[in-house]
Amino acid sequence: MAGGYKYFEAIEKHAGLLGILTAIMVSIGGLAEITPLFMRAHEVKAAEGVKPYDALRLAGRDIYVREGCYLCHTQMIRALRAETQRYGHYSTAEESVYDRPHQWGSKRTGPDLARVGGKYSDEWQMVHLRNPRAVAPESNMPDYPWLSQAWVDPDEIAQKMKVLRMLGDPYTDDDIAKAPAAVKGHTEMEALVAYLQGLGIANEPTNPAAQKPAEDGSP
Amino acid sequence: MPNTETYNDHVVRLFLLASAVWGIIGMLAGMYAAAELAWPALNLDIPWLTFSRLRPAHTFGVIFAFGGSALMGTCYYVVQRTGHVRLALGKLAEFTFWGWQLICVLAMVTMPLGITQSKEYAEPEWFIDILIAVVWVSFGVVFFTTLARRRIQHIYVANWYYGAFIIAVGLLHIVNNLAIPVSLFKSYPIYSGVVDAMVQWWYGHNAVAFFLTAGFLGMMYYFVPRQAQQPLWSYRFSIVNFWALISVYMWAGSHHLLYTALPDWVQSVGMAFSLILLMPSWGSAANGLLTFNGSWHRLKEDPAAKFMVIALVFYAAATFEGSMMAIKTVNSLSHYTDWTIAHVHSGSLGWVAMITIGSLYAMAPRALGQPAMYSKRGMNVHFWLHVSGTLVYIIAMWIAGVTEGLMWRATNPDGSLTYPFIDSLLAIKPLYVLRWFGGVLIWLGMWVMAWNLWYTAADARAKIIKPIPVPIPEPEPHQMPAPLPAAG
Repeated sequence: MAGGYKYFEAIEKHAGLLGILTAIMVSIGGLAEITPLFMRAHEVKAAEGVKPYDALRLAGRDIYVREGCYLCHTQMIRALRAETQRYGHYSTAEESVYDRPHQWGSKRTGPDLARVGGKYSDEWQMVHLRNPRAVAPESNMPDYPWLSQAWVDPDEIAQKMKVLRMLGDPYTDDDIAKAPAAVKGHTEMEALVAYLQGLGIANEPTNPAAQKPAEDGSP
Repeated sequence: MPNTETYNDHVVRLFLLASAVWGIIGMLAGMYAAAELAWPALNLDIPWLTFSRLRPAHTFGVIFAFGGSALMGTCYYVVQRTGHVRLALGKLAEFTFWGWQLICVLAMVTMPLGITQSKEYAEPEWFIDILIAVVWVSFGVVFFTTLARRRIQHIYVANWYYGAFIIAVGLLHIVNNLAIPVSLFKSYPIYSGVVDAMVQWWYGHNAVAFFLTAGFLGMMYYFVPRQAQQPLWSYRFSIVNFWALISVYMWAGSHHLLYTALPDWVQSVGMAFSLILLMPSWGSAANGLLTFNGSWHRLKEDPAAKFMVIALVFYAAATFEGSMMAIKTVNSLSHYTDWTIAHVHSGSLGWVAMITIGSLYAMAPRALGQPAMYSKRGMNVHFWLHVSGTLVYIIAMWIAGVTEGLMWRATNPDGSLTYPFIDSLLAIKPLYVLRWFGGVLIWLGMWVMAWNLWYTAADARAKIIKPIPVPIPEPEPHQMPAPLPAAG
């Protein structure tokens, strides 16, 4: 005991040594878990049908972020039967490759939105966002009436897409050139609804067994 | 040589004041947000007053503004007392105070305005993140320079925790917030999708680990023995727990993403380490509680000690609950529900706020040149308001969370889902009112503390306070130079 403790005592008496060892110990866990994901991130290819957000949806997504929708709505259907029954196929990694930052969320004060696209009409979504209790009397969601009164800023959208392209999202020069015109004249409400209506439709993975033709060639 | 060195308690007092004020502001935001969940019309159609804009202001306000100010203040107090040395770099220490307050104000204003990264507990945008990094590094420089100048050779364990808190939070903050700015108020993170989620919860979980646990354990390890008026139950045990806690915690972040699109192996590793984590957590709680062995009678006369003991009980309870919730089977029920909210608040109101309040009550008279707090009855009133408010809050949220979890998964005999989503909300609405009421009690308690501190600070306000001289210890024998060999 006494012999070994001598070395330990050195840590207890030297602030620099203590600091360095602490930094090493706290780094191991994160390195072990994040590095493999980061190194293999390029292997996670976008699912078929998952494209970088078009200009209006990107603007809508940023409004979703700004309003803090993720604090009450998740976008991550877990691989549990009751969840897939309620919300659709469980969410996959390939579906959120263009999500910067991810919007998986951690709390469901309202329902999951990962596959809300197409579930309701545009009109319903707009009324609901302006005054949720007009269509769902028991809801405790706040009103967001200001979204109908504000316009999407066409000046910022191209810059946003350029930054995203720098980070690896495959936008073409053409996409970026057309972006300001695509959002011009749209309200924030329209942009947000465009984003919501795009959630999880094109990319809902279907059961591969049902899709693939049987081995023996029979239909 | 006469000793002219005094403790720098000026900056400690500033942080003490800031902490009391931010506690009230941060909890006001929480109380209002809680009321909005029960009565949604309360946003009055004003964007910045809406729940989804206000919640980050609540979490930032209580964690970083209230908790952060208390941590930095007590850290400066403790490192001076345990090292028998004046705080190094007084100007830089002053800068960390004003810098941190500027950050808090900027964050609390910009987030309700919708300027957010949407990363939980790291919402402030890039320009605030840079300020945070600068102030945090300065904080580390002041702390470690003071440590380097200490007169007591052995580094007391409280400083280990404060040191780990500073190093780890700096690392977490920088890695999680790497982003490319689009404009002053908007940026995109360099990570996307799964990697972003993993980085975010590695950060989110370890903000709990190092901000809300290691930092406050530093507070605990100094103020609990101080208030119990006897040494720590086991010093060696505190050190074993230190290394276990800081190395294990970092692995557990992925338990926030069970059953999601995160690769399975990371989920399983996170769950396993979360279970191991129970040992150092209970080790620390036990060490604190056992320190009161033989001096339990102090609880009768010292409300600060009462706060500390209940804080440690909540720490043990919340860490047990946390490890259980990290088990995949339990998590499948608890995740996304208000059970999470109950768990967080049992940790934050029960453990973090109570150890902070206890430590502030222990530190304030000493830092303010008084023999005791102005009103002992005030401290007792605060204690009961806080404890009853916390219990009401977490019990309401436990019931709500389990109800939601069970209703979401309930199926009829034919396999179809029993309840539409809205039914689960209707079932728990009364509990949202109860939770709000618990919050009101806690908030009133914070006002009682502020009032009490204001009167305890009478001398400081009148600027007649005298700095306390640093007791210069006799050199320890083995530190003395070896005697010269006798000539001839």
